[in-house]
Amino acid sequence: MSIKVIKPTAAFASLLPTEYLELVADGPYASPKTINDLGTFKEIIAEHPHCAGCGVALGVRLTVASLPAPADTLIVGTAGCSFFGLAQAALNYSCSAFGNQNAVASGLKRMLKIRYPDTDKDVVVLVGDGGIADIGLDLTLHSWFRREKIATIMVDNEVYGNTGGQESGMTQEGQVLNMAPKGKNFAKIPVFELARVSGCVYGARVTVASPKKIGRVVRKAILLAREVGPTYVQIYTPCPTNFKFPPQQTINIAKKAEEGYYSFQEFISDDAQAYWEKNFASSTM
Amino acid sequence: MSITPYRVLVGPEGYLPPAAASRGILLPEKGEALIEGAIVPEEEAMQAIATKLLSAKNPFFFPGPQLLWDWKEGVALKAQAVKKLADLAGARVIPMPDYRPKYPMINPAVEINPNHPNLTIWHNKIDVCVFIGVHCHYANMALKIIRGGTSCYTIALCGEAGHEDAMISLCCMGMPELARLTEIIQSMKGEQAA
Ligand SMILES: Cc1ncc(C[n+]2csc(CCOP(=O)(O)OP(=O)(O)O)c2C)c(N)n1
Ligand code: SF4
Repeated sequence: MSIKVIKPTAAFASLLPTEYLELVADGPYASPKTINDLGTFKEIIAEHPHCAGCGVALGVRLTVASLPAPADTLIVGTAGCSFFGLAQAALNYSCSAFGNQNAVASGLKRMLKIRYPDTDKDVVVLVGDGGIADIGLDLTLHSWFRREKIATIMVDNEVYGNTGGQESGMTQEGQVLNMAPKGKNFAKIPVFELARVSGCVYGARVTVASPKKIGRVVRKAILLAREVGPTYVQIYTPCPTNFKFPPQQTINIAKKAEEGYYSFQEFISDDAQAYWEKNFASSTM
Repeated sequence: MSITPYRVLVGPEGYLPPAAASRGILLPEKGEALIEGAIVPEEEAMQAIATKLLSAKNPFFFPGPQLLWDWKEGVALKAQAVKKLADLAGARVIPMPDYRPKYPMINPAVEINPNHPNLTIWHNKIDVCVFIGVHCHYANMALKIIRGGTSCYTIALCGEAGHEDAMISLCCMGMPELARLTEIIQSMKGEQAA
């Protein structure tokens, strides 16, 4: 995308809502931004409507701040709490029907390759655990089997947050939720492991308690998806509303999980490792 | 069986008005236009637009992204011409910079969103509005919502095939057509002043 696309026409510039003018002046497009720059640029158009302390909102912000080429990135989303933030993010965003995201992303990636053969266009799926692990699991796996060059990022709050607290495949066994009063009776679906055996060339599992790690792995996942093959990042994004903990505890809860069942994990294929070393070995991120 | 032809009239028509196309309203060819569902010569529709705008209590132009963002050659000039036209017609301007639904809500005093255009119309008590530079599918959706829920008279100045869901719609709107409409408004204002 050319920076020109977001330059207002002179005749109407003074009539644009201030936040759009700020977006032009301080958006993520003009110079590359990283997690370290959060707070110094405008990555979202308006105040987001997430609950106080929402881990998903934080996961979305951290991801958005980690994109290697925001102006040439297309985020594909679906229904869920992640959608709310994205609908206002300062990015190209396409919403798909619930669960269809990896199929839609595959088509968009191929279309962009034909339309812009000389420019790298990053297609990034950014969706909740229900969207990826439940209704969209078949389409997600098939995009990986087909080795589609897209990055898939799960913001995993271990619940259907947006619809009031049903269990998802990523909910932990035994967890009681508003609409799972007897507790979930099977274990978390091992999507991270499935990614490894289904064709992903790179995978990382992180939590919102580690923003710099998110910055590093999201960037790596997107750059590898550009050239080598599908990649997957799973971010633990605790939901205070459905898990009924005080909003200021989100980071602590993520930190605790990181010390236990949600430890940092990463895998990379030989091809991807070789490509990374050849092209980005000196990169600081 | 009696068939009453569907007319695209000022609302409120009620929840979920039909797409005018589904009720048999056809799009105009170049040189033609639509007034309330009937195909008429373009010049006649321009006269009707001028009359509507100049007799409105609170007319507004809603420029869309195609005019708000300087994305290709010629857009800046067209935007200038549209602003001039709005000023001449005594209309105010509220932009539609984004099509995505905005949560919790847009500020209806400063912007309009195609997913809930009625909010801006109600808030500002707009009785005549002009869509220009809005991509066709979003324009049609918003025009239908306006017809369904408000009593605002809708006009579409379309650079493509026209909008059957507007009460008056021009098609193929380029610089010459903008200039002609400006001229008509100018002379009608002159007559009114005389
Ligand atoms: C086809 C379809 N089925 C169901 C829904 C209703 N729905 C909207 S969001 C959602 C759950 C989202 O859960 P998740 O993906 O975990 O995201 P979260 O809201 O927790 O971030 C559901 C079931 C829908 N929008 N479309
Ligand atoms: S329900 Fe949970 S995930 Fe959704 S906005 Fe609220 S805190 Fe965030």
